Amino acid sequence: MPAMSASVAEPAKAPALKIVRPPRETTASWPLIDRLGYLLCWAVGIGLCVIALAIVLFMFVKGVSQLRPSLFVESPAPSLHQSESGGFLDPLIGTFIVTAIGIAIAAPAGIGLAAWLTEYARPRWLARAVESGVEMIAGVPSVVLALLGLLIFARGFFAFLAGSTSAGSVTGQSFFVAGITMALLALPLVVGTTREALTQLPPRLREASYALGKTRATTIRRVLLPAVRPGMASGVVLGMGRIIGDTAIIVILMGATLKNEGVGNVPILNTLRGTGSTLTSYVYNNSPAGEGNAPQKAYAAAFVLLMIVLALNALVTRLSRGASPYTADRGTKR
Amino acid sequence: MTPPPVRRIAADRHPRVVPAPAEGGHANGATRASDTASSPTARRRAARPTTAAVERMRIESVSLAYGERWVVRDVSLTVRRGEVLALIGASGSGKTTLLRSLNRLTEVTAGAGRAGAIALDGEEIHALEVTELRRRVTMVFQQPNPFPMSIFENVAYALREAPGRGRRRARRAALEPAVREALRRAGLHDEVGEDLDRPALALSGGPQQRLCIARALAADPEVLLLDEPCSALDPISTAVIEELIVGLRESVAVVIVTHNLQQAQRVADHVAFMHLGELVEYGTAEQVFEDPRQQRTRDYIGGAFG
Repeated sequence: MPAMSASVAEPAKAPALKIVRPPRETTASWPLIDRLGYLLCWAVGIGLCVIALAIVLFMFVKGVSQLRPSLFVESPAPSLHQSESGGFLDPLIGTFIVTAIGIAIAAPAGIGLAAWLTEYARPRWLARAVESGVEMIAGVPSVVLALLGLLIFARGFFAFLAGSTSAGSVTGQSFFVAGITMALLALPLVVGTTREALTQLPPRLREASYALGKTRATTIRRVLLPAVRPGMASGVVLGMGRIIGDTAIIVILMGATLKNEGVGNVPILNTLRGTGSTLTSYVYNNSPAGEGNAPQKAYAAAFVLLMIVLALNALVTRLSRGASPYTADRGTKR
Repeated sequence: MTPPPVRRIAADRHPRVVPAPAEGGHANGATRASDTASSPTARRRAARPTTAAVERMRIESVSLAYGERWVVRDVSLTVRRGEVLALIGASGSGKTTLLRSLNRLTEVTAGAGRAGAIALDGEEIHALEVTELRRRVTMVFQQPNPFPMSIFENVAYALREAPGRGRRRARRAALEPAVREALRRAGLHDEVGEDLDRPALALSGGPQQRLCIARALAADPEVLLLDEPCSALDPISTAVIEELIVGLRESVAVVIVTHNLQQAQRVADHVAFMHLGELVEYGTAEQVFEDPRQQRTRDYIGGAFG
């Protein structure tokens, strides 16, 4: 309003004020037990920072010294000598593919589930069952999920998802199978964050839409979900991190083979139906515990893995900062 | 403020033209107006065009309950285009519930029930598709609640989704005239017309509420429900919106719930005073405020309770 701004246009001269602040609070007057507790909190906090920093530093020192550009473009090769065992191109691609499949399933399913749970949730018993189902999946160790996946996908019916042995039995190991199972891993995270964001939307937003003669479905699609876009995005990215970091499902359901081995001869589809590895299984195989035993490669790959996960974490922080749809200037312009 | 031209009335909606209600049973309207020419109410009312009011909604012996609790009992009212009906009363008097029942928004709350009949243009509102009803009877709330989208999108959302998906730019071009028209009716176009892509939440409270009114008008409703639309706004924004409300009544029937008696006096043609779920008194604004028939109304207006 121009009329308003005119009155405050006068440049105000700052008077010389002395700012008086109360003395800082000390713990001197606290009971001993509180002081000890306070100290402990400090110690734990600092300790955690040190540990986190140590991990990054350790991986950095160990990893960067082993990292060369060739590692990113060469496929792994079976060799006893580390100089001849190639790079981790295949695991890198593998990580990418599995994550893409997993998220492609988990994101729409999770967002739909979250919307149903917050906006419909009828009948009640079904909602409650779904809720505890999601919670249970979140708590199941991934190795158990992997075994379950093997139980299901090694059936003849699922031959189109994976290859078969020469004897004709379905292996139940492929990018498809691992990706689908990984979706279960990411699902609870997508559901959780989306649901949280939806429940935090003010009820008046829904009412405004209903009062304009919009159905529940239209309201969800055109108002609520766009409003929680940052929340959904964090959920998806968290889920991606979870998929990228998992090893058990890769070892059991994708074979964790040295190279990505296709099945059949349809391009792309053959890779997806075939076995392969990801960075996690590559690290495992090349660690002193694995059969490859090429620790330098393991360190280099682990460093890359860590960097990817850290980058995703940073992305989540960025997405969820100022995520409220009621902060004025966010996410409205396309 | 010059009233906007009277809008078309869809032929299939059978509006019943009733004569404008007599001025509260007072002997002579003309002498009355000159008597009170000094009060702001009278000044505005004197300038009011004497068009025939058109009945839009009829509320007949309506009682409303949440679960087992009756919050509105046996209320009968008429909502007409060409006039503003104000519902006043203390908190808990059921006026907001009554307002929300007019576009069946009470149904959002579980356990809401109704006895009696509410008709829109002669048709029971339960017989209407709820989405259609709410397009014809739109609502503005106490808190400005624009969607977290651009100003354009906020208003365009209220318009029916254009048939055929088309390209985004084509769709936008098709919707733009209607969006601008709605903004004009809400008196917001001069302020925001330059940049419709600004986020709606970047507006301050008053303009946000007018955007909500624009959104409610975009659907081209027959009845506009306002639930304490100014209670979250400063006096200047309130004055702007009150003026707007008075201007709107020529094209749309307006029902406003308000706690602010001066506001009711400024904007309303008819006033219904509710207390503990009952309709205590209904009459023209002059009659209710200057010569209330019921003791309870007199107490409330005199500030004895509430």
